Formats: sequence, C-alpha cells, structure tokens
Amino acid sequence: MFAFRLKRTIKLGVKSLWMHRLRSILTALGMIFGVSSVIAMLAIGEGASQDAQDKIALLGSNNIIVKTVKPTEDQSSMGQQQTLQEYGLTYDDAERFRNAIPDVQIIVPNRRLLQQAAYRRRRISIEVIGTVPWFPEISPVKLKYGRFLSGTDMHYKQGVCVIDEKVVKDLFAFDDPLGQDVKIQGDYYRVVGISSEQSATPDSAAMQKDKAKNKKGGANAGGVYIPLTTVKNRFGEMTMQISAGSGRTMERVELQEIIVQVNELEQLLDTRQSVQTLLARFHKKTDYEIIVPYELMRQAKDFQRIFTIVLGSIAAISLLVGGIGIMNIMMATVSERTREIGIRRALGAKKRDIVIQFLSETLLLTLSGGLLGIVLGVGIPFAVTRFGQTRTIITPESLILAFGISVAVGITFGLYPAYRAANMDPIESLRHE
Amino acid sequence: MTQLRENLNAKTGDPILVMKDLGKSYQLGSHELKVLRNINLTILEGEYVAIMGPSGSGKSTLLNMIGCLDRPSTGDYFLGDQNVATLEDDDLSRIRGERIGFVFQSFNLIQQLNVVENIEIPMYYQGRAEHESKSRAIELATMVGLNERLDHRPFELSGGQQQRVAIARALSNDPLIILADEPTGNLDSSSGSDILEILDRLHSEGKTLIVVTHDEHIATKAQRVIRLFDGYIDKEEIKQR
Repeated sequence: MFAFRLKRTIKLGVKSLWMHRLRSILTALGMIFGVSSVIAMLAIGEGASQDAQDKIALLGSNNIIVKTVKPTEDQSSMGQQQTLQEYGLTYDDAERFRNAIPDVQIIVPNRRLLQQAAYRRRRISIEVIGTVPWFPEISPVKLKYGRFLSGTDMHYKQGVCVIDEKVVKDLFAFDDPLGQDVKIQGDYYRVVGISSEQSATPDSAAMQKDKAKNKKGGANAGGVYIPLTTVKNRFGEMTMQISAGSGRTMERVELQEIIVQVNELEQLLDTRQSVQTLLARFHKKTDYEIIVPYELMRQAKDFQRIFTIVLGSIAAISLLVGGIGIMNIMMATVSERTREIGIRRALGAKKRDIVIQFLSETLLLTLSGGLLGIVLGVGIPFAVTRFGQTRTIITPESLILAFGISVAVGITFGLYPAYRAANMDPIESLRHE
Repeated sequence: MTQLRENLNAKTGDPILVMKDLGKSYQLGSHELKVLRNINLTILEGEYVAIMGPSGSGKSTLLNMIGCLDRPSTGDYFLGDQNVATLEDDDLSRIRGERIGFVFQSFNLIQQLNVVENIEIPMYYQGRAEHESKSRAIELATMVGLNERLDHRPFELSGGQQQRVAIARALSNDPLIILADEPTGNLDSSSGSDILEILDRLHSEGKTLIVVTHDEHIATKAQRVIRLFDGYIDKEEIKQR
C-alpha cells in the first residue's frame, strides 16, 4: 500500500513539475549551484590542506629542521659597517647537538649553494647540496638509480655527485647520466646516482629573499648532492656579494641546515627546547630558525578546519538562498493550484494527502537539484585539478552531506507551503478561478 | 416516510440521506447571517432529486452540506447510517471519497492528468490498488463513451467530453449519492442533453441523484423537486414519471 502510494505520489509530482518545466528547472538551479559549491569548495579545501600536510609530512614528522637565517642589519652590523659577515649554523652546532641531546637519532648537516651546472653545451641553474651519506634516511628524497654518497666519498672528498630527476631532465635530456661528468664552478663531478626530486622545504623568508636575489638559481632548481667535505673543500665557506649601497660584502656561512631526528614523537618538543637552548647559548645573534614539521602539520590542520568552516558557511548561505527560492516558487504553485487542491479535497483527499503531495514535489525539486549538483560538484574539482593543476579531494562525507542538505532544504522549505495548501478551505478552493 | 415512498412510483429504497432541523449560519462581526434554517430533508436510495431556488436561497450551502464539504451549525445530518454533522476533518474527507460522487458545473478536472488518471483520483485516495483502479477507470471511461480518449488530457476534450469524465470520476468509488451542481451549465444544448441522458441512465440503474440547478428542463427529469427560498425549503414537488 505504502509503496503503491509513494509511486503514485512521485509520478504525480513529476507530472506537475513537468507541466511547468522551465520554472522547475530554474528553481532547481538554486539547489544545483548550492550543492555543487558545497562539494567543490570542500574538495578544493580538503585538497589544499592534504597537499600542505603531505608536503609537511615529507619533511618528516620526527624531524626538527634548523636553518641558517641571515640576521637583520641591526644585529649583524652592531651599528658599524662590516665587510665580513659571519653567521649561521656551524659544524660545532651539529657536534653539540650530537653530544648534548640524548634523544637524537640522526643529525644531518647540509650546505646549500645556488650554482650553474654544465654538461657538454647545456648549462642550467642548480642547487648544490653538500650533505652526508645518511641523508636519505631522514629525507623524502629516494635513490632511483646508482648509489648515494658513501663514507669513502666523504673521507676522500671525492668529486662525485648524485643528481635528481629534474637535473636529469634539464641537463641530460636523452643521455644516460650515470658515469658522466658534470661541471660545476670549474670542477668536474662524476654522477654516481639519480634520486627523486627534492620536495619544497618551508624556507625562511630571509632565505627565499636570498634565492630571489640570486638569479642563478631558485626554489625550483634541480638538486645536485655532493659530499659535504668536498663542498667545504672546493667551494669554501665564503661568498661575496657586491651591492651599490654598501659595496663589497663577504659572508661566511658554514652550514645552511641541520636536520635532527628524534626516536619518538613524544621527545619532539623537549628536543626542540634543547636545540633552542643550545643555539641561544652559543649564538649571539638570532641567525637561525627552528622548523618543526609536526607543529606545521598541526597548524595546517587547524587552518583547514577554519577554511572548511568558512567555505561551508558560504555554501550554506547559497543553499539557504536556493531554499528560499524553492519556498517562494512552491508558495506560488500552491496559490496557482488552489482549485486543484479543492478538487482533490472534494474527491476524498485528507489534509495529510495534500501535505504529502506538495512536500513530495518540493523534495523532488531539491533532490533532483541535489543530484545534479553532486554531478556538477564532482565535475568542478575534476576540472580544477585538470586545468588548474591544483589538488582536490572529494570525500564521501561531502557527498553525503550535500545530499543530506538537499533533503533537509526540501523538507524545511517545503513544509510551510504544503501545510498552507492542506489548510485551505475546500469550498473556497473550489470557487477559486 | 411511507407517504414519500408511496408518492414515488420509481424503484426507491431506504432513506440514505436524512437532515433534521439542519441550520447553517455565519458570524459576520456582531451580526449572525443565517443561510439555512430548519432544513428537514429525507432522500431515499435510488431517488432523483432536483434542488432549485433563486440566487441567495441557500442552494450552494445545502449542496456543500450534502457533499460533506461543510458542517452544519445546528441539527443533524445522517448519510447512510452515520451522523456526519460532528465528524472531524479527516473523517469527512473519507466520507466524501466513499459516499459522494461530485459532478461540478465547470467539470473540475485536473489539467496535468489524462482521462484515466482523472477518473482514478477518488480511488487513489481510498487506497485502491493501481491495477484495480486503472481497470475500473477504463471501464467507466468506456461506459461514458470515452474509450478512444483514455490518454487525452482535459484541454484536448470538448466540454461535453470533460463532463463525461467528471461523471465517470464521480462513479469510481460506487458512491451512495451522485451530487451534481449545474451539470449542464457550461455546455451547449446538444452536449447538455447527452449529459442528462447519462444521468437518466444512471438513475434507471438505481443510482441516487441530487442535482442542484436553475434549469427547469432538468427539474422535469427529476422525481422530486425541492425549492429553496431564503434558506428554507419552500416547496417540494413529487412528480409522476
């Protein structure tokens, strides 16, 4: 009985809506755009957040990254013009971390330099990363072919390098790079391995400014890994900058980065504190920056929650507007079909039957709008990913939420017109022209 | 009652509609407007009754009372064995669907539904199964001569054809009474005659007909004419057919 009545009610609802198809389509558009915007906004927000979290996770959730930062002018010059600026992390810092902090598992000191690399006639900008053989243990960089730097390379300050896939693509094109020699600042380095591309690390603002100034390289330059001892030996620790205002400035930086890995996540904050204390004791200037990816991840999650609330609110307002539009149209429909309501009441329809009839029409409008909205809402993130190169994630929860919202909007905004229809006086309704 | 039955030479049965001291009034501010006063009316099963009267005599209000679209202010109204004067809204809806078949002056068909679907409406609200109501609707449409027009919508039919659909719809739940309000009022004379013929046929098959009309020609077809004036039953005429 119930199934039969439901089927008939739906059939009748479809017929009534089809009678005024343009009006029905225009009314459903409110729902279509509302639901699709909910899904698309949540998908874009989720994608951006996941992307940020993944990038941070690649830095290692158990890692503490200490970076060299150029101190501000006041701190570095101490009120007088200097031609040599010494700042940043030192080999002694790395040694102190190893000796003074008990929970430390691995320490990786790194030097980073922006250089030009040449192979045959090709020349590209690269980032030289002077590092230690155990670098891959804490880094997302994975060795693809050949081998990574070895203890022997370190000991004998060998002219070898591991290049990443970006360098392979830009410098070697179709040649096999393994065993070839790459020329960097007048010296040749034999390629012994190929690694995956380095992930973008959250550089400090100062370092980004340095990179921007130095036209030779950039944040997206390919990486060339060379033994730290070789880098120290061949490139030295001094860099010279010539600027119009202050003339020549020499800079001496031993290490750009020290990565500290702890055994357990619980030790992370204590270790961070120890690192901070040690650095504060031995560095007069604040020429370092401590980055804890785990904290960044938590911040990213917090940001995502706020982002989702903001986007959700915007989408909810658009759905509310859509819902009011539907209610408006249903009120007009009820008024227009007053006589039909009277006829049905005269022929035996109870008030409940009239409520069900008009409510089902509103639900049909909102559900069909909701389903089309879901299709469009799935399509938008797909297009954003395809053409905007932006990661999007459609979660099943967002689809369920959007569908649930369309049902809720249908019931909420359909009830009043339906009750109004049901409470019409049958005699008055039959007289209605 | 026996007198009434004796006066009607057609096949008539037990009373199916009894109104006792029925009155209807509306409150207009401090003034009470009495539309129907002391209506005492009995209609027997199988009777053909015409209700006539000038405008404002209370014809429409009486029609609404008989059709259970409105409740009386005073008195009792028995339809079949039930006093419907005190029923709740939902019960009145059920009674309308079960016991009354309406035929309106302006046909009152639902525009988005075809002939069969329009005839099915009262059966739908009585909860009859789809296959049952559909076959009954086709049977009734055939009976009123619309078997070629089953899928047509009201705007594709002439006035006479629309009124035939309305008659078929009124018969769908096999009601106690067919209640017709000016059934030929919107029709040309030829279509009107066709409709009166169908009503005659229904009466001869034993249906109880109550027709509210201005048309004396229709009144000649009825066995009994009830004339209203100023809310009273002014006169009752029983005719020999």
